[in-house]
Amino acid sequence: MTLSTLVAEEQEVLEHYLRAFGALERNGAARDGSWVAALRRSAMARFSRLGFPTARRGNEEWKYTDIRPIARRPFQLPLPPGSPAVGAAELAAFALGPTGGSRLVFVDGRYQEQLSSRPSLPGVSVLSLAEALTSGADTVQEHLGRYADCDTHAFTALNTAFLHDGAFVHIPQGTTLDKPVHLLFLSTAHAQDTATHPRVLIVAGEGARATVVETYGGPSGADYFTNAVAEVVVGPGADLTYYKEQRQGERAFHVTTTQVVVGREATFSSFNLDLGGALARNNLNVAMDDERGACALRGLYLMGGAQHVDNQVIIEHARPYTTSRELYKGVLNGRSRAVFHGSIIVHKGARKVDAEQVDKNLLLSDEAEADTKPAFWIYCDDVKCRHGAACGQMDENALFYLRSRGLTEPAARRLLTRAFVSELVEGIASETLRDRVDGLVEARLSSWLGDDEAVG
Amino acid sequence: MTGTNQYVKDVATRGYQYGFVTDVETDVAPRGLHEETVRFISAKKKETDWMLEWRLKAYRYFVSLLKKDQLPRWANVKYPPIDFQDIIYYAAPRPRKQLSSLQEVDPEILRTYEKLGIPLEEQKRLAGVAVDAVFDSVSVATTYKEELAKRGIIFCSMSEAIQQHPDLVQRYLGSVVPYTDNFYAALNSAVFSDGSFCYVPQGVRCPYELTTYFRINTEGSGQFERTLIVAEAGSYVSYLEGCSAPMFDTNQLHAAVVELVAMENAEIKYSTIQNWYPGDEQGKGGIYNFVTKRGKCLGKNSKISWTQVETGAAITWKYPSVILQGDNSVGEFYSVALTKGYQQADTGSKMTHMGRNTRSRIIAKTISAGHGSGTYRGLVRVMPTASNARNFTQCDSLLLGDQCGAHTTPYVEVRNNTAHLEHEAFTSRVSEEQLFYCNQRGLSPEAAQALIINGFCKEVFKQLPFEFAVEATRLLEANLEGVVG
Repeated sequence: MTLSTLVAEEQEVLEHYLRAFGALERNGAARDGSWVAALRRSAMARFSRLGFPTARRGNEEWKYTDIRPIARRPFQLPLPPGSPAVGAAELAAFALGPTGGSRLVFVDGRYQEQLSSRPSLPGVSVLSLAEALTSGADTVQEHLGRYADCDTHAFTALNTAFLHDGAFVHIPQGTTLDKPVHLLFLSTAHAQDTATHPRVLIVAGEGARATVVETYGGPSGADYFTNAVAEVVVGPGADLTYYKEQRQGERAFHVTTTQVVVGREATFSSFNLDLGGALARNNLNVAMDDERGACALRGLYLMGGAQHVDNQVIIEHARPYTTSRELYKGVLNGRSRAVFHGSIIVHKGARKVDAEQVDKNLLLSDEAEADTKPAFWIYCDDVKCRHGAACGQMDENALFYLRSRGLTEPAARRLLTRAFVSELVEGIASETLRDRVDGLVEARLSSWLGDDEAVG
Repeated sequence: MTGTNQYVKDVATRGYQYGFVTDVETDVAPRGLHEETVRFISAKKKETDWMLEWRLKAYRYFVSLLKKDQLPRWANVKYPPIDFQDIIYYAAPRPRKQLSSLQEVDPEILRTYEKLGIPLEEQKRLAGVAVDAVFDSVSVATTYKEELAKRGIIFCSMSEAIQQHPDLVQRYLGSVVPYTDNFYAALNSAVFSDGSFCYVPQGVRCPYELTTYFRINTEGSGQFERTLIVAEAGSYVSYLEGCSAPMFDTNQLHAAVVELVAMENAEIKYSTIQNWYPGDEQGKGGIYNFVTKRGKCLGKNSKISWTQVETGAAITWKYPSVILQGDNSVGEFYSVALTKGYQQADTGSKMTHMGRNTRSRIIAKTISAGHGSGTYRGLVRVMPTASNARNFTQCDSLLLGDQCGAHTTPYVEVRNNTAHLEHEAFTSRVSEEQLFYCNQRGLSPEAAQALIINGFCKEVFKQLPFEFAVEATRLLEANLEGVVG
């Protein structure tokens, strides 16, 4: 294929999205307020100008991730399912278990009332975004589209243009939610390649405390594209914990953008787990917007086969006395490739900022690749910033020691790999979630390294 | 903290000590860049056809990049667009006659070196230092040549090498930095005026630290040096380069290319002190230092080590790199980069691991003061063939003042799972705890600052050859005067 036919292909896909947008506008699928329609229209206009970031020259943000496979395929918007195409077994595979907390289930981007459970929580809103938009909650209008940047980010613009459903979680001032809120997004297999654009808005009021779990699942062996955007507002003194699991099929394309605003003396903790996807890209942007805010961002990715994962984490310290801690670790098998691109930006006048950023990769196979770029942009002198990166294979001496103590080679390798990731797994505060992640990690490692428990 | 404030003020306002213009009659090419300019330079140098052809190919490539507007814009530096037609590409001091000894050198030039505190006479007497001085673009004095010749070492100007050793030049010129490498390398390849050439034969250990001082003279003239060092199997050479330039108001473009080739078991040590005119207090003027420096560890067990102390120039854009091709080869990069006033530096290193058991080490120290902006940019790349590659990188930044910036953008690309890489960095100002400790031991705030900054740079300075280490420490102290005292 020549360059011009490829460019033409991308142009064709752009026009496909424009047509899909026009069709949606005409059939009046949206019954929500005019402000949402305006938001969508300006986002579509922006997207058609931006196009997908496929240029390879000077394309720093996408230096190591080629998204042409997404840009050249006209993904269809899935038709709203008549009845959920998701069975109990599939749901159980991704459900959080009997926590007693709220659960919103989305199939192909649409909210499924009959699969969801919403225990009554006084003052707390946990509802589908479509619902929230039609009921016209002021909080939604106040925050939606305010933080996620459509101007320069094509995927955010595309998501906003097709913004119809998703989740809205509002924990009002002074409220503590004991049980996690689970947002479960499931894609299903279709005859055509489909795209969903889920949107999440989480607002934690002053002094509120909550845990939100976001899970993205879907079948193996199907091509689908998830382009999610989440806006998270952590109010003054609030404490929000945000877990995101990406467990889609090995042929899935997954792009998420999470825009977080951390208020005065607020705490934001995140954990990002990537297991699935042919190509997964997570943009996590955290704005430390007021004094004494703190964030702790953690990520774990286990990639095999020809999987590609790219974590781009940008922390902006705009105000004094803000702190950030960032730890990402990856285990790479097969021909997989992991990209970590962390930026810490300290603005002028943001004194006493304390930031730390670490990315470590363990390469299990000789064909895996890790590309790491931990960057600082510091415009203030009174700061303490550190970063570290490491990449390597399993310590042969440690392996030998374990073998000499009678462990089989697979058992020894599994033990050492688990030790490598344990820092992250053990850091998970909730026992339910810790066990869940531990189980997922164990299953993945067993499938790679064998599950021979016998003492050799 | 009045001491600190005073110090910051002093650093920010300290003038350039070495700004003066030497009046020498020059042989100047017409302003602007055309094919004729390239032919003029080549003719001036009495070059052979292949050299001219090579320059012209580079020129055409440069023009094609310019037409496609493919200027390198990724560096974290800001400057007005350069008008490449408003530059004088060649300026040479007019030789009065063929020079055979130092006494015959233009006394004006000798006085310039004296003002810089590096008189050739004294340099000559300094144990083991041979000096090849490049004044503007042409070598005017070469010393210790005979003693080097006895060992078979060729150390001469690039022009002379092209005349006397065409085979060697043709074999290695552009072998590490081809003219297609980047925008400024293409420009340099087309119009380079002179530079140094060094060839160390098999098994020879060069007994002297080879030294070249570059000066930029003639207002509005760019200087485009080309340096090539080849170390044959089992040889060793240490090369020093020091720079300073007169105070001028118009920006001067400097786009040098340095190529190093190390064969089996050979070692090349390349040290730089760069102290060019950084511009005035408003950030006006100053040298643009856009340099491509790269070494190739071609043979097994070879080693290339770069050490740089960058205190001058308005803009520094420079990434001394090593291609680790031979098995067990070693690459090193040690750097101190100071920016103050409105200086900007985007500098670092690139280590490309190709051979087995290759090792590299990067130690980069960035100091920013005033409105200075310092960026460390580095790349460590481990190719699939580089089994058991090792890298350690440390890039630290020290901020002195609340108007400056310090940035770090390291890239790590690993495509071999037997590689082992570690990267660490920190950015901070001089900690109050350290200052307090020094103060309570009786040190003044200024002395404490100086002590801590010296300690910050020590790991790099200790890599420099002795004479240079002294000079570097003096240079840094002079630049940060106000701390000391």
